[in-house]
Amino acid sequence: MKAGAPVVTLQGMRFKGTESYLTSESLRSAVDCAVALQRPLLVKGEPGTGKTLLAEAIAKATGFQLLTWNVKSTTKAQDGLYVYDAVQRLHDSRFNDKDVRDIRQYIRLGPLGEAFAAPERRVLLIDEIDKADLEFPNDLLHEIDRMRFRVIETDEEVVAKVRPIVVITSNNEKDLPDAFLRRCVFHFIEFPDRDLMQRIVDVHHPELSDAMVDQALSVFYELRAFTRLRKRPSTSELIDWLAALKSAGISNVKLDAQLPFIGALLKREQDLMAFADQFGNRAPKRA
Amino acid sequence: MFIPFLYELRSRKVPVGATEAVALSKALLAGLHDSSLEGFYFVARALLVHDEKHLDAFDQAFAKHFQGIESQSLELTEQLLEWVREARQPDRVLTPEEKALLDQLDLETLEKLFQERLREQRERHDRGNKWVGTAGTSPFGNSGKTDREGFKVGEGAGLKSAVRKAGERAYKEYRDDLVLDTRQMQVALRKLRAFAREGAHDELDLDRTISETARNLGDLEVVLRPPRKSNTRVILLMDVGGSMDPFAHLVSRLFTAAKKATHFRELRTYYFHNCVYGRVYQHASFRDPIPLSQLFAETDRRYKLIVVGDALMAPWELMSVSGWSDDEGLEGVVHLMRLREHYPASCWLNPEPPSSWWQSTIDVIRKVFPMYPLTLEGLGDAVGQLTKAR
Repeated sequence: MKAGAPVVTLQGMRFKGTESYLTSESLRSAVDCAVALQRPLLVKGEPGTGKTLLAEAIAKATGFQLLTWNVKSTTKAQDGLYVYDAVQRLHDSRFNDKDVRDIRQYIRLGPLGEAFAAPERRVLLIDEIDKADLEFPNDLLHEIDRMRFRVIETDEEVVAKVRPIVVITSNNEKDLPDAFLRRCVFHFIEFPDRDLMQRIVDVHHPELSDAMVDQALSVFYELRAFTRLRKRPSTSELIDWLAALKSAGISNVKLDAQLPFIGALLKREQDLMAFADQFGNRAPKRA
Repeated sequence: MFIPFLYELRSRKVPVGATEAVALSKALLAGLHDSSLEGFYFVARALLVHDEKHLDAFDQAFAKHFQGIESQSLELTEQLLEWVREARQPDRVLTPEEKALLDQLDLETLEKLFQERLREQRERHDRGNKWVGTAGTSPFGNSGKTDREGFKVGEGAGLKSAVRKAGERAYKEYRDDLVLDTRQMQVALRKLRAFAREGAHDELDLDRTISETARNLGDLEVVLRPPRKSNTRVILLMDVGGSMDPFAHLVSRLFTAAKKATHFRELRTYYFHNCVYGRVYQHASFRDPIPLSQLFAETDRRYKLIVVGDALMAPWELMSVSGWSDDEGLEGVVHLMRLREHYPASCWLNPEPPSSWWQSTIDVIRKVFPMYPLTLEGLGDAVGQLTKAR
């Protein structure tokens, strides 16, 4: 496939990442598997490793429109298919505003329903599926498998004309059921190693000098290797930190008690205390 | 063919079956692996593994199946990595003569030598010239001083091929039979929840609204009900000081996880030292004691009790009376039995590995409380037992 050529069919399509989203070989392989086998891609990994951005990158690379379903603790599987607004209908029936006999007016498709009903292929992101109740993934099994569901109220069937590319992210707050896992292609996004991180930083802050990036990365990985931390800094925190350093015009950093903008990297009080404890006494004493 | 590989995975408790086999063959038919072993490694991993806790087992199975790296030597390597990681020895400068002594070995010989050394080496070595260690001039180790070819043991090894990658076992921290971190603990504790409808009525009860409205001859009658909320109450009782010091970090993680678990309706934490007598403490520094009788009065049998401790103490501590007034003249073990009786849903988490549980005081306490190791697996089992008990 030629770089940048618009993809019409999925046959032989290979995911290569985008300009601003760099991938590893294993991730590309997992995306290709999911697309070729038409199975949902389940992505797990540490917070801040770019799970959600992956769906955007796939949408951008394939040219399909992205639909996002943000799952919350109160979300039910039914919400993704369609919602029947019974209360509105009851209300309307009291005042005779609308023709309440037409039940279709009160049925709204959810993100999954929309992706099925769309005339062309969509990329559907089901974000943070583990936030919902334990039974949530199980309730979606049939719909994701068969790519169709029935609207009970109207007895109509919504069938996917083309199977959407489904990307599911999980933060591992709950275990997902086995039956659900078996239907997914799984990928665990590892924390980027130094080479990849260097490339990621270059994409976001191309104007920083190599020496500066090198120093910052050393500090960053040293900090991550510091085992007493409860929450280790992640990619997005590194990017923010570099932005802060840049705007303050700081051109060299080293890991000591005077590390600038430490708050951008460490977000927990205990972590900051542990940091001060570890590196504080190394600071040169000034009279 | 990859079928024997699937059985290799199954023998390592990675749940793969016909679905996975079919998916993998489809992917291979589509040529997703680019006819390379490395491509196959990534495709197989994406399709056969469904959870990061199995990634390590997958890597081991892959390494064994496709090259026959001995699992045993891998276990040894883990210990080696410890030695290498701990190394803080200052580097030294080599004389030209020393350098000349180190002839360039080719990769195959190196690998064979490496395996041999692994089999022989039994202790830590630094600055030597034969064994695997640090700051030395042997071909194996970390922070070595020469620019010759050699094996780098530990992080940053620039090995490329899939089998080597598998051999690195980068995912072993995600195994579920290892000791846990905060996040994994939270996941395990999350299973300890039970819902009940309580509190303010602010959720629409559609079914009853419809039936009430119909009964009301079509005039809208909205019925509300309280939302489902967690009803779990937990008491965490932790042993601190003395023999528990090596595990302080681990216990503090469990404590953090429990504190952060928002699905508990109530969480009480108390401390004790070695054995519970007539009182427990609200602070780890043994301040603000609460007599057990008061604790029993404040909390009923619906509370779930989790005791964390190594259960190691001098036998007399378990069998003696401490002499405090709120001790009621009872021995330590009797107090433990009272706790167990008061809270039917209770368990004991022990950071000591089960292999050392034959020791006398652990053995006695095991007869009082169901005991589980403080690992992800153990915590999961403990939570399962707690939710079952009524």
